[in-house]
Amino acid sequence: MSYNWNWGILLEQSPEGIGSYLYTLWLGLQWTMLVAAGAWILALAVGSVLGVARSLPGRWFSPLATAYVEIFRNIPLLVQLFLWYFVMPELLPRSWGLWVKQLPNAPLYTAILGIGLYMGSRVGEQLRAGIQALPRGQMMAATAIGLTVPQAFRFVILPQAYRIILPPLTSEFLNTIKNTSVALTIGLLELTARARAMQEYSFQVFEAFTAATVLYLLLNIAVTFAMRLIESRVAVPGLGVLKK
Amino acid sequence: MIEIDNVSKWYGDFNVLKHCTTSVTKGEVVVVCGPSGSGKSTLIKTVNGLEEFQEGDIRVDGTALKDKSTNLPKLRSRVGMVFQHFELFPHLKITENLCLGQMKVLGRDRETAMKKATALLERVGLEAHAHKFPGQLSGGQQQRVAIARALCMDPIVMLFDEPTSALDPEMVNEVLDVMVELAREGMTMMVVTHEMGFARKVANRVIFMDRGEIVEDATKDDFFGKPRSERAQQFLSKILTH
Repeated sequence: MSYNWNWGILLEQSPEGIGSYLYTLWLGLQWTMLVAAGAWILALAVGSVLGVARSLPGRWFSPLATAYVEIFRNIPLLVQLFLWYFVMPELLPRSWGLWVKQLPNAPLYTAILGIGLYMGSRVGEQLRAGIQALPRGQMMAATAIGLTVPQAFRFVILPQAYRIILPPLTSEFLNTIKNTSVALTIGLLELTARARAMQEYSFQVFEAFTAATVLYLLLNIAVTFAMRLIESRVAVPGLGVLKK
Repeated sequence: MIEIDNVSKWYGDFNVLKHCTTSVTKGEVVVVCGPSGSGKSTLIKTVNGLEEFQEGDIRVDGTALKDKSTNLPKLRSRVGMVFQHFELFPHLKITENLCLGQMKVLGRDRETAMKKATALLERVGLEAHAHKFPGQLSGGQQQRVAIARALCMDPIVMLFDEPTSALDPEMVNEVLDVMVELAREGMTMMVVTHEMGFARKVANRVIFMDRGEIVEDATKDDFFGKPRSERAQQFLSKILTH
């Protein structure tokens, strides 16, 4: 293989005229982080509602939550993003559809929405597993002292369930970050899109994707450490599942 | 105080409770015993609505459980319950376990709740452990905390669902001592237990259940002296031989 390695390319100006290639990658990383943060917050919110709803059997919202989970986790994320970006505006009343299409940063909002709703179904399943892992007596004890069901969830069930699922939640957060790369298909200039642009302008494919890989790795390692810190912060002495 | 009126319950086709009728009057200590699977735990859990039942009704201090307008959380807050596996909230410190219901259900402020919690912890001899988590205590200590947690709500009646059967033998007595003391102070109690020594000491009445039915409902002396049913006689001879 004959390949001209040129790491210096990273510091050369990109033809877009906004700065060096490295700087364009940095811009991409910022978009990646923004989408990941927004999608993760949305996923946690949606997942919490789903996890609780699926843990309360025999009511109308439980099957509804189940339907949500099955739809959102069974359709490829890429397809979902296309549906939100290309199909959804056409299904809306004409004036709404136009408004959506003309939104500044439409790819950003679409990416946050699409990835967040998709990841929400996964977080919901994790939370349901966490709630089911608790002894049935916890809910009984909580209601026996007079707490209402919402209070029992708020003060007794959820604080324990979230602690139990922190390790898998870390994985879901990392998945959210990695899944943001799909947003390049709807024109969002996140990290992967910036690496591809660099490759196309400079033909230095190895340098471009090595740099992107390193940036993804650094970001994910930072998140992993942050989640570990949270895990040890909220660990409860003597609670079996959290023993080191 | 508690009137159980012709209560029947099914799990699918399985008839767990069959026409159970009994009552507990104020200040009375009633022990419920019987072989495992006889429905005694299920019966005691129906009293505060933790288990639903299909037929009959239960009145606690005059409030009917089947009445649609009954506020179940409010009723439960007046009925103390102690579980076989303690069911302390493991993510909360001992004092927080004792304050949660007081603050969220009774609306007491933190200071009042803490005062009550501290007093009750002293009473069960665990004031030194106030700032620990449940997982750092022994089983007997956890069960005493659970009793204190129930007492924090100033209950009008206390339900005990096999409170000592998950404990190591050497811890049984520390829990029974607290319960005996409570009974002697005049607390109305319904206790599912195999501890016949406890029944002899403080019970007014003993209910014997078998296969979902209340087979015997007698005063303590009658029950231990001359149980009427053959099944109760067999049960007693089995558990009293050692």
